[in-house]
Amino acid sequence: MPAENGAQIPLQIHDMTIAYHKKPVLWDVDLEVPAGKLVGIVGPNGAGKSTMIKAVMGLVPKASGWVKVYGRPYEEMRQVIGYVPQRESVDWDFPISALEVVLMGRYGRLGWVRRPGEEDRRLAREALAKVGMAEYAERQISQLSGGQQQRVFLARALIQDARLYLMDEPFSGVDAATERAIIDLLVELRSQHRTILVVHHDLQTVTNYFDWVIMINMRVVANGPTAEVFTDENLQKTYGGRLTLLSEAAQAMAVPPRGR
Amino acid sequence: MLDQTLRFFSLADANVRYVLLGSLLIGGTSGLLGCFGVLRKRSLMGDALAHAALPGVALAFMLTGSKALPVLILGAAISGLLGVLAIQVIVGQTRIKSDAAIGLVLSVFFGLGIVLLTHVQRSGAGNQSGLDKFLFGQAASLVEEDLRVMAWLAAGILAAVVLFFKEFKGLIFDAGFLHASGFPTRLVDLGLMGLIVLTVMVGLQAVGVVLMAAMLITPAVAARFWTERLLTMVWLSALFGSLSGVVGTFVSSLAPRLPTGPVMVLVSTALFAFSALFAPRRGALARWRQHRANVRRETRHHLLRAAVELEERGVRGLGLDQLAVRLGWPQGRVRRWAGRLAREGLIQSVQGRWQLTEAGRQQGAFVVKSHRLWEYYLVHREILAADHVDRPADEVEHLLNPEIITRLEEILQQERQLDITRLGNLHKGESGHRPGGREG
Repeated sequence: MPAENGAQIPLQIHDMTIAYHKKPVLWDVDLEVPAGKLVGIVGPNGAGKSTMIKAVMGLVPKASGWVKVYGRPYEEMRQVIGYVPQRESVDWDFPISALEVVLMGRYGRLGWVRRPGEEDRRLAREALAKVGMAEYAERQISQLSGGQQQRVFLARALIQDARLYLMDEPFSGVDAATERAIIDLLVELRSQHRTILVVHHDLQTVTNYFDWVIMINMRVVANGPTAEVFTDENLQKTYGGRLTLLSEAAQAMAVPPRGR
Repeated sequence: MLDQTLRFFSLADANVRYVLLGSLLIGGTSGLLGCFGVLRKRSLMGDALAHAALPGVALAFMLTGSKALPVLILGAAISGLLGVLAIQVIVGQTRIKSDAAIGLVLSVFFGLGIVLLTHVQRSGAGNQSGLDKFLFGQAASLVEEDLRVMAWLAAGILAAVVLFFKEFKGLIFDAGFLHASGFPTRLVDLGLMGLIVLTVMVGLQAVGVVLMAAMLITPAVAARFWTERLLTMVWLSALFGSLSGVVGTFVSSLAPRLPTGPVMVLVSTALFAFSALFAPRRGALARWRQHRANVRRETRHHLLRAAVELEERGVRGLGLDQLAVRLGWPQGRVRRWAGRLAREGLIQSVQGRWQLTEAGRQQGAFVVKSHRLWEYYLVHREILAADHVDRPADEVEHLLNPEIITRLEEILQQERQLDITRLGNLHKGESGHRPGGREG
């Protein structure tokens, strides 16, 4: 395998299997993601999409296999990875302001004990402004709408200033304007030669949003440029014979890709 | 009583000084750590931990024959940790859920503790062992040496919280993200759990195992009512805890053999009740007021709207019955609210029928307009900037600021909605902003 010259490759996963209580949820994942791509991870519920990105960061234990980030083990490369967890994964009634949440994006650089300083605050405010949330910095997070909470998470990832981003359903439960704002931001990140992996639900927008797609159903069904792998056949393999999903997929195929 | 009070607060008595300082330390540390426990949803874990400490106290005494606090605390810590470990093993290895596991472990350890304690008391090696104070706490039994141990523990706990505040905050709010940022969350979690263990140990002698959990939980939940910032919550909780400690100790010193723990808990519960009722914004009273204000505004708006819409159709003097039918309200309610509006000068009675005053017509027109625009807004909001959407739905008129109103009117005009002319008409009564020339 290309372990030697992997320094240019943002993410390599080799022979990775994940099991919860001995029941495998992801089998033999073997894939590479090239740099500067906006990557969609799609698959049905329970296919292991979230599990895969969590496993990359060591948030769930691997039963076997390895993950390399720019050719090195993940543990050495934490600083280059940015993470947007699922919005539902945290308690939004927690007594914390939007700005403080964003500041967590600096924790990795600060290390133990050191507190965020003025410079960190400035960066956090900048990131909030970037996602259109400047005036909500001091707001307690439960007083934000779903879309705004998602923007806060995104701002936190932005100040991580990462080269590889892993995002778990950043579009779930957001309004159309937020979705557009997020996708514009992701495109901007890509233009800075960063790589973004996005767990995505909505098949209709896949061809529009992503230039690379990973299709999963407990194993990797397909991994490649959207134009090549996001095919009827692969969708059938990924989603099985479920009629509703197939028709959804068929619709998705009918949507012409946005010119880029 | 006055004598006792003076004696207590003059601090002339060394014993009183120890007791007071002790309860201050206990209340402070448990308030401090309690916040993290409560927010981490580990409140019951603290309870189990405290109960599970009892057999450790008894065993430590039986094995060493010593009543020195460090020895007993060590025993307590070991058996408390064993209890927590047992819970984690049960939850991890079986299908038993954590509430059942906590209940199970807590009662088994506590039962064992009582058995051992009874045994120790009976065997009574000549002198009273006095271990029963660990049950409900006896602050009066604190001596200088105990206090020194407690002070060191409390200082350590405080230092750890100050140093690792950021890490604890990250752990509790978003453990996954903290881990992804390169912090070993398991270690941070273990550290936090360790601090909670120490906190329980600080309070064991004066508060007792049975009620220690209350000191971990009550000040924290009381503090949560007053603030939306973790740092403020933590200090406030420590303050509430200390206050409960001091007042509780004082009250229990008034009567002989009154155990300190229960009194401290009662005091902190009083603080909690006060917070839950009277805290601004989160308190019950504030919420009830807010709710009532909303209902009132809604009701006024309904009535005004009904009046404007009836007038729109050419109905001049409004009868109670007409309004009642239109609103679907009982007549009594219409009469009551009409009276209120009349007192505000929005409507007036003319020959037994109601009429909008000029002020009422203006306000009513605005309400109707807001209402209709709001309906369109709900349909068209995708077109509008999303950062205007967050405001609570009951603040419609805030949401529909002039900028949005203009934008909506443009949309409505583009789509040639019939209502635009009517809205334009209604608009006449209003000062300022007026969609002139849009009717065509």
